[in-house]
Amino acid sequence: MTEWVIEAENLTRRFGAFTAVDAINLKVAAGEIFGFLGANGAGKTTAMRIFCGLLEPSSGRATVAGFDAMTQSEQIKQRIGYMSQKFSLYGKLTVKQNIRFFAGIYGLSRREVKQKTGEIVERLGLTTAADTLVDELPLGWKQRISFAVATVHQPKVVFLDEPTGGVDPIVRRQFWDMIFEASSRGVTVFVTTHYMDEAEYCDRVSIMVDGAVAAMGKPAELCAEYGVASVEEVFVALARKATRHGD
Amino acid sequence: MSAVVVDGLGKAYPRASSKALTDVSFAVDRGEIFGLIGPDGAGKTTLIRILTTLLLADQGTASVLGHDVVRDFRAIRALVGYMPGRFSLYQDLSVAENLAFFATVFGTTVEANYHLVADIYSQLEPFKTRLAGKLSGGMKQKLALCCALIHAPKVLFLDEPTTGVDPVSRKDFWGMLGRLREGGITILVSTPYMDEAARCDRIALVQKGQIIALDSLAGLVESHATETYAVSGERLFPILNDLRAYAGTRYCFAFGREHHLVLKPDAGGPEAALAYLRGLGHQTASIRAIRPNVEDVFIDLIHEQGQ
Repeated sequence: MTEWVIEAENLTRRFGAFTAVDAINLKVAAGEIFGFLGANGAGKTTAMRIFCGLLEPSSGRATVAGFDAMTQSEQIKQRIGYMSQKFSLYGKLTVKQNIRFFAGIYGLSRREVKQKTGEIVERLGLTTAADTLVDELPLGWKQRISFAVATVHQPKVVFLDEPTGGVDPIVRRQFWDMIFEASSRGVTVFVTTHYMDEAEYCDRVSIMVDGAVAAMGKPAELCAEYGVASVEEVFVALARKATRHGD
Repeated sequence: MSAVVVDGLGKAYPRASSKALTDVSFAVDRGEIFGLIGPDGAGKTTLIRILTTLLLADQGTASVLGHDVVRDFRAIRALVGYMPGRFSLYQDLSVAENLAFFATVFGTTVEANYHLVADIYSQLEPFKTRLAGKLSGGMKQKLALCCALIHAPKVLFLDEPTTGVDPVSRKDFWGMLGRLREGGITILVSTPYMDEAARCDRIALVQKGQIIALDSLAGLVESHATETYAVSGERLFPILNDLRAYAGTRYCFAFGREHHLVLKPDAGGPEAALAYLRGLGHQTASIRAIRPNVEDVFIDLIHEQGQ
């Protein structure tokens, strides 16, 4: 039987008269890489905040790692990882201090913290940079450390909000190697991106338009359904129909 | 005459471990869209800030429309439009007030130059009394472009105008730049998105403070033609790992639903690579020669540097 790590049923969030997320339905299976696509302002961030236990739904239901987003947001927070361009690491702390800090926040024991810190530093090949301030590292390294930190407590699911902006094409792909590797270890990955080639790497994608899920499926199936060659073309066709604009 | 001439520019920031720019030289023709393409930290912003007279270089010279960026900085400021990477309009002024402010600062009026921004500003007009700080991302980007255009500049400098913007809005923005170019304006634009190279007349690939290639897109692909193969099949991630472990592989990277593979010269070609994959149980794997795209070219150049 499939284990669903994220489930949304008619999930809706209103802000006053504005319906940011409009009755969306989706299920994400354990170990899946799920691409959550949509134009700026389509409602991705609002939905993602609900899944992370940071915002209550107005109606409908969302469960993440088996817990309800309305009533059990604290349990959700303990079982997920989160990484975005905007919030990631403390620049004035060293690599090691950042790992220790986040591992501590996630409630790992002293022994686990020590062991995990060593493991991550070694796995990322950062032995020589372990005591360097994060501010002094290249962006690509920061992104990989952020990802390692977001998964330090072995969460059921990790949410990645535009994780790969601003790096060169090789570094961007090295980040995806980490995603594939985590997924092969059973970590569920829920990712937003504006790079449409990255959408093709996902097991399944959904495309949001005006707060609703306008399409969902495997990249190849979506392309076949729309009679086009790439997810980008599906995206453009759907997003052009949007009536809502902006962030 | 070139619109922008850059000759041997160098710049180092205090306390930085490497130089922001090293011996950068190029020229931008009048009326062209010239793209600076490269990752964060490559030196794109430093270069644009020097050309807009907001930062002094340590070495080299640069001129815009024949004016030296140091000696004639006042002349340049009247002739160029600049859209910085970070939103820099007045958040507590309305849309209309921001536009009027920038017109006034340059000694003109919105009425006098309205035709230049009409195409873009018409989309903002329904919101003209809204505070700029309350606009959505896409609207802010359009307003910033209008404010950079309202004094009828001859050269437009745009620093990552499409970063973080979704694919549809990016397409629309490039449509606007194309129409501006038809009006005769020269545009120097930086971007981290490789696919936008196709919208530029010429591009410079920037990496670690240096220009590693400069040409038209077609010229770049032509001159850096490394034989590239696309590999597809079921279980793409294992295929990627297996190809990287293959003795004949120079490098292999994921490109959407395929991998792009470059082989060593003595590796026995694509047939040997396919036989290797089949031998590992990838019965559905297939391989075909492709024309490399700009990302392939960039990867090839960085990979060479890394060796």
